[in-house]
Amino acid sequence: MADSAIAAETKPWRSGTAEPFIRIQNISKIFGDFTAVDDVSLDIYKGELFCLLGGSGCGKSTLLRMLAGFETPTQGSITIDGQNVAGVPASERPTNMMFQSYALFPHMSVEKNVAYGLLREGVPKEQAMARTAEMLNLVKLGNFAKRKPHQLSGGQQQRVALARALIKQPKLLLLDEPLGALDKKLREETQFELIRIQESLGVTFIVVTHDQEEAMTLSTRIGVMNEGKIVQVGEPEEIYEHPNSRFVADFIGTVNLFQGRVDVVAPNEMRITGTEAGDLITKPIEGLSAKQTVSLALRPERISISREATSAANCIPGFVEEVAYLGNLSIYRVNIASGKTIKVTLSNLDIEGEPITWHEDVFLSWNAGSGVVLTT
Amino acid sequence: MRRSYFLPIAALVGFLFLYIPIISLVIYSFNDSKLVTVWGGWTTKWYGELFRDPQILGAAWISLKIGVISATIATILGTIAALVLTRFGKVRVRGLLTGMVTAPLVMPEVITGLSLLLLFVAMEIALGWPAQRGVLTITIAHITFCMAYVAVVVQSRLVDMDDSIEEAAADLGAKPVRVFFDITLPMIAPALISGWLLSFTLSLDDLVIASFVSGPGSSTLPMVIFSKVKLGVSPDINALATLIILFVAIGITGAWFFMRKQLK
Repeated sequence: MADSAIAAETKPWRSGTAEPFIRIQNISKIFGDFTAVDDVSLDIYKGELFCLLGGSGCGKSTLLRMLAGFETPTQGSITIDGQNVAGVPASERPTNMMFQSYALFPHMSVEKNVAYGLLREGVPKEQAMARTAEMLNLVKLGNFAKRKPHQLSGGQQQRVALARALIKQPKLLLLDEPLGALDKKLREETQFELIRIQESLGVTFIVVTHDQEEAMTLSTRIGVMNEGKIVQVGEPEEIYEHPNSRFVADFIGTVNLFQGRVDVVAPNEMRITGTEAGDLITKPIEGLSAKQTVSLALRPERISISREATSAANCIPGFVEEVAYLGNLSIYRVNIASGKTIKVTLSNLDIEGEPITWHEDVFLSWNAGSGVVLTT
Repeated sequence: MRRSYFLPIAALVGFLFLYIPIISLVIYSFNDSKLVTVWGGWTTKWYGELFRDPQILGAAWISLKIGVISATIATILGTIAALVLTRFGKVRVRGLLTGMVTAPLVMPEVITGLSLLLLFVAMEIALGWPAQRGVLTITIAHITFCMAYVAVVVQSRLVDMDDSIEEAAADLGAKPVRVFFDITLPMIAPALISGWLLSFTLSLDDLVIASFVSGPGSSTLPMVIFSKVKLGVSPDINALATLIILFVAIGITGAWFFMRKQLK
């Protein structure tokens, strides 16, 4: 009881009755003969950090620009906090955007960049400057107020852009690849910084990214996009463990896919025949018919690797082609009889005795519940 | 390692080729001899004579006036043209319009001058305005062709500009006019300055077009120099040329300093 109450408060999308803060209904955007966004509907709740994830050209940025008011939807409607924003120009929307290029005003100091939004709103200068100083402290740039943008490092510019977009306390902050221009180490630090700021201000964030790791770290929920459509919406864990299609399984993380036909469906297990790894045993899902073509998606860390055969539901022989040592884990590329290469990751903590190495004959095994059956 | 002397020598020869005529002109402006080709010792009397010549002073004043007015108006109109050409309409239409705006750059001056003369004459007959050819018609003619140069300079700057900077300003609550004056204008300011300077120089330089559309009492400096030279080069023209070179050098140095400050 108490558990579900907490869940309803922090994860409103689970309750089914909560009122969405942003409602995107059947939005499409067509440029000439190219459909950038294709009939997308999405509900986003207050205080969420929602990631739109997809490859380049999947329509995620166009969707973001329609929310900001830079593009007019060809059809559909967007409601932000109960207000339909159709026809409202970007300058009057309760949203602010952080651009991929940061788009800082090069001829203005950091301070003036950040204060710009407040001054346009008509906030008295003294008050605006006080709030600007506060905001610059929040993003740890208090000492850089008088600098020009080109005198700052990439990471500092990124924080100025964030401060500038947050100063008007928008109902919704849109971030277009916010960490895209930073190097890997800085990006990892900044991810947590972004979460800290989002939580301390309580602003709803929508982040566009092509980096699945970034999406997993940042978001409360992820919407995976492909060819203008949202293909799956869910919490990071849900998307990773229970992808609903081959595309999502393949896009998020690494996966081994086996295609075959449904053979026998029993209450607790089913068999898939004719895959590149032979017959595979897995947990059944509903709504399958005999002989239907399905795929089994298997994460590399769900497979165990050993020198001797095991009694697991699935156990196939293979030959270690390559091993990559990454410090915390090792990645094995194992060839099986059909010639297919299977990726297996192993935490280096779990390795006992002499580790398995190049050109060894091994057995790969996994349980019936380890994979996910996909029909599309 | 043996250093190659080719590049320094090539540079030296190139610069000598460019500057020897100018340097000799400057030296001869101090020549104390009525004959241009005979050296008669140092003097500054030609400068004094220059400033007592009402014809040259008048022409210089007219040229300056026409230059400032036409450069200013050409900069405003050229900027508007560049904005239209980068921001509005379909790409194909835009390409055609760009070509048409920049056509005066490659048009022979004689044709530009002649066509403008025909226009002014026709207008005088049909509308009664401009009543007479003179400073006004020269200014209009200069605006017409300088505008094309400004449009090209400003357009290239606008194309390089990141659109999202203007979008960011709009996103933060600035209306379009506000975005233009707060963001676009300061960012293209260097292009506006170079456009203005270029227009001013072109206007000051122009002999052909001005000759076509000028009228009584509206001789510009190049026209006066040209007509004087036709009667034989007198040393005071050398003095005048030296002053113009000095003026241009100061202008360019000033502009350079300003741009450097802008960048910082």
